[in-house]
Amino acid sequence: MRVRVEQTALPGIGVRHDMVTESGRRLGVVSHRNGRRDLVLYDPDDPDACAADIPLTDDEAEALADILGASLMLGQLSGLREQAAGLLTEQVAIPASSPYVNRQLGDTKARTRTGASIVAVLRDGEVNVSPAPSFRFAAGDVVVVVGTRHGLDAVTAIFADGDPDG
Amino acid sequence: MHETTTLLVEVGALLFLLGLLGRLSRRIGLSPIPLYLLAGLAFGHGGIVELNASEEFFAVGAEIGVILLLVMLGLEYSASELVGNLRASAPAGLIDVLLNALPGAAFALLLGWGWVSAVVLAGITWISSSGVIAKVLADLGRLGNRETPVVLSVLVIEDLAMAFYLPLVTALLAGVGLAKGGLGLGVAVLTVIAVLVVAVRYGKVISRFMSADDAEALLLGVLGLTLLVAGLAAKLQVSAAVGAFLVGIALSGPVAHHATQLLTPLRDLFAAVFFVFFGLVTDPRDIPPVLLPALLLAVVTMGTKTLTGYLAARRAGIAEPGRWRAGLALVPRGEFSIVIAGLAVAAGSVEPQLAALATAYVLITVVTGPMLARLPDLNWFKQWLRGRARAQRASPAPVAE
Repeated sequence: MRVRVEQTALPGIGVRHDMVTESGRRLGVVSHRNGRRDLVLYDPDDPDACAADIPLTDDEAEALADILGASLMLGQLSGLREQAAGLLTEQVAIPASSPYVNRQLGDTKARTRTGASIVAVLRDGEVNVSPAPSFRFAAGDVVVVVGTRHGLDAVTAIFADGDPDG
Repeated sequence: MHETTTLLVEVGALLFLLGLLGRLSRRIGLSPIPLYLLAGLAFGHGGIVELNASEEFFAVGAEIGVILLLVMLGLEYSASELVGNLRASAPAGLIDVLLNALPGAAFALLLGWGWVSAVVLAGITWISSSGVIAKVLADLGRLGNRETPVVLSVLVIEDLAMAFYLPLVTALLAGVGLAKGGLGLGVAVLTVIAVLVVAVRYGKVISRFMSADDAEALLLGVLGLTLLVAGLAAKLQVSAAVGAFLVGIALSGPVAHHATQLLTPLRDLFAAVFFVFFGLVTDPRDIPPVLLPALLLAVVTMGTKTLTGYLAARRAGIAEPGRWRAGLALVPRGEFSIVIAGLAVAAGSVEPQLAALATAYVLITVVTGPMLARLPDLNWFKQWLRGRARAQRASPAPVAE
């Protein structure tokens, strides 16, 4: 599951991180000590040589990281939707009156009680992917839930007043 | 008064010319070092026009140039990088010194120049130009290549070896007896090791004395400290250049980063002055007689340097094309070969022809080196390698790896 990223020191220049993708391509980033960084793609015929060496400014690197990060999140969600017919994804806002404000995710026992899973929490424009049971909710958090229609409604009810059947 | 105005005219005209040459070198994709050397040859003793008033200025400037070259080299590396690299790349460094220093020494002995010249010429053929090579690697987009760390670690070992080699040469050139020379070398080795240990352990503390916030104070502080330590080191017969290198090593973190930015323009100026000065004191009429030996020496040691890189890359598990890239990238000799030759010429205790030979040698390697580095990117070279690989696969592996 985890990708192996190799780190190599380049004395006098900086450091290089590289990895091999599942499709067998090697790519890496050369971080110069003066803050510059290059994206490098290795030659498939000669894995020791870079076929391309693309310098990125700070802004460009940040933009690229955002694109990759965001598309990963969206891809995971839409992938779930396609794989399992009947599964739905929904965003549920936590109202300030919710009994779970300032309580842990584990306390809701949402999955046991409803069969739906909380896959992410959005807070202040940031995405917390796969929150741990110890994740503490705050008013205004938006919970991304995956489950059946019934399960999703039940989760909404839990956050609204704490009782799925009530 | 008249002297001063002549000096201004001469220095100004020469620097202006260097500016034009630097621009030209960038346009044709060459290191400016050979052009600076040629400019020095043209305006020195026996050149087209002889500069008189400014020779003292260039002599002092050249001295500062060497010190700045070394302090910048030290700033480039952190002490832990040097020590960490030493363990991993010691075998590559050993191959390097055996394959490249010995031909130089043998050559001097063959010419009947004596032991001191042999040690000097060994250094000249041994040390690659980190400046030229780093630039070639960046220009060719090879910084991310997997053989690049191999090339860089050979350079690091060479640079570190200079810290021990320079005091030895200084002692030998000073003509001190074997016992006293050995003592000087012992002092130098202990000093270098002590500074490395202090820099690894307390580099942050030393750097804290120099605030990185105030550019002017930092520039004066670092430059002053460097010149002071270099001068003291020279007094102790340890070589001024090594003192400067150690100051560079001892500084780390943001201080080193800012000092690098501040000192780079100064280094560029005084290093150019240094190359010109070396050309100035070399009589161009001495070069034609040594041209053939220099060419021969260059061909031999370019071959051994390529072999060094090839073997080092093979040790690191790099494939055939990468081994050639590593080998051919290491070919250029430059600033440090001239630094060593400069020391020898200043001491005056070696064959006068040595300076001419060193000039011709560096001119040849520094011009052809970056061109040779491009070879592995050419199609016919790649095809030749593929053909070789096929032939090796066809025959049942005659030599074990």
